[in-house]
Amino acid sequence: MKEQNKIRDQFPILNQKINGYDLVYFDNGATSQKPLSVIESISDYYKNSNSNIHRGVHTLSRKATELFEQARKTVAQHFNVKNDQQVIFTAGTTDSINMVVQGLAKNYLQAGDEIILSTYEHHSNILPWQLWAEENGGKLKVISLLDDQTIDYAAIPALISSKTKLIAITHVSNTLGLITDLEKIKTIAQKNNIPVLVDGAQSAPHMPIDLQKLNVDFFVCSAHKMYGPTGIGLLYLSEKWLKDLATSKPGGGTIKTVSFEKTEYADGALRFEPGTPNISGAIGFAAAIDFVNLVGINAIFDHEHELVQYAQKKMSEIPEVIIYGKSNHKAGVISFNVEGQHPFDVGTLLDKYGIAVRTGHHCTQPLMNCLNVQGTVRISFAIYNTKEEIDIFIEKLVKVIKMLS
Amino acid sequence: MTIQEIEKEIVEEFDIFGDDWEGKYEHLIDLGKSLPLIKEEFKTEDRIIKGCQSRVWLNSELKEGNVVYTADADAIITKGMVALMVRVLSNHKPEDIVKADLKFVDTIGLKEHLSPTRANGLVSMINKMKADALAFIK
Repeated sequence: MKEQNKIRDQFPILNQKINGYDLVYFDNGATSQKPLSVIESISDYYKNSNSNIHRGVHTLSRKATELFEQARKTVAQHFNVKNDQQVIFTAGTTDSINMVVQGLAKNYLQAGDEIILSTYEHHSNILPWQLWAEENGGKLKVISLLDDQTIDYAAIPALISSKTKLIAITHVSNTLGLITDLEKIKTIAQKNNIPVLVDGAQSAPHMPIDLQKLNVDFFVCSAHKMYGPTGIGLLYLSEKWLKDLATSKPGGGTIKTVSFEKTEYADGALRFEPGTPNISGAIGFAAAIDFVNLVGINAIFDHEHELVQYAQKKMSEIPEVIIYGKSNHKAGVISFNVEGQHPFDVGTLLDKYGIAVRTGHHCTQPLMNCLNVQGTVRISFAIYNTKEEIDIFIEKLVKVIKMLS
Repeated sequence: MTIQEIEKEIVEEFDIFGDDWEGKYEHLIDLGKSLPLIKEEFKTEDRIIKGCQSRVWLNSELKEGNVVYTADADAIITKGMVALMVRVLSNHKPEDIVKADLKFVDTIGLKEHLSPTRANGLVSMINKMKADALAFIK
């Protein structure tokens, strides 16, 4: 408890009232709050080190470049990436996926090729592929879910053909919190020599990820869901794709030499980071990782798992509550509905009680269709959430149900 | 009653609750439950106001020089707000509807429902109500 208070003290935003009630922030799946160390790292950078990077000969430019490249190292170490250059800073998960799709479309994907996705993908891991498919005569094949909303792994081999060029799959469902068994996906993919892209937007904040061990082709995530700033994220490329992925965003900083006849591009990460990058964002991202490591990613997972177990048990005692994706193998997310009530109403009234939840389709409309619902209410946890907050949430949820019925 | 008179009536109705937001919302929910439903045949794709979490249907007709609105929503709080809008604007001359500023929403402390998020279809619905009224002015 004392430890918990120490952690909460790092997040000044949590200490406020909403409509006269103490804020209970349960919308971490959308974005987490930021600890003081992250906020200060960005402010310190602008106060003391701001300069453009990689080209300047002056002291400030060297300082900023060092901080930026140190951030890359911090990210690489955290995810156990062999070579720092495999860490590419992007604007976030969505940007990373778009870069992969557009890059592959240039020299790898062809008309008639097929991409395999799952039913519980976020729209960010559907729309870029769908656009490619529509424009280039490609095809998307979708892995169905079982009755408990987990992935039907047994159905995958039947989806694979000689035209299958990639499996793009989310590590943790943003809507349900269910964890994909990547080993099973990899076994099937490797057997058929198919590259794998893992959308780690919802896994990176909650569980340890070792990219050497994971050994996939692409891994993407966002800093802002793991205590870092918005507008910065990771695109990890395997050594093969660091060389082979075509660049889709040419620009300053990505080159060795330029002439109007021919341009030679830089090696490594710089090839994918055109223009002035989000320097303060990268520094904030590194500070967020330092925070995560200070607390311990395993401690974060255990804490959130305990909160999910506790909340699910309490919620199951309310007869009107329907929980989706009940499997035990899940990260800190619970999606639910109140029987006969619209999620929008439940969310609106919870907000009046100071409880921040997400309602709607969570950018997973195909999953909503599969569940046969318009939307759900989602609560999602972070390291600073407490059982006391869950008790408040349960008490208010019961009140809300009464108000609506 | 004029649009302004109905707005005044609603403000007085909500005044009873003072700072009691729970009472206010319970009243709003009751209003939602009492809204006469739009005819099932009117719940069509082209009458739906899209892009919102809660779906709102609106039908506008001109009857003896007045615009008559019927509407529905699938979320009850939105429906309560829709009921208020229909009560204020329905059965008035299109010219008066177009001019209505609907300040009562702010006065009764429900302005948050008119925030330009995509969460509910209310802003779009009001725009649609006014656009339909405008179309009736020849």
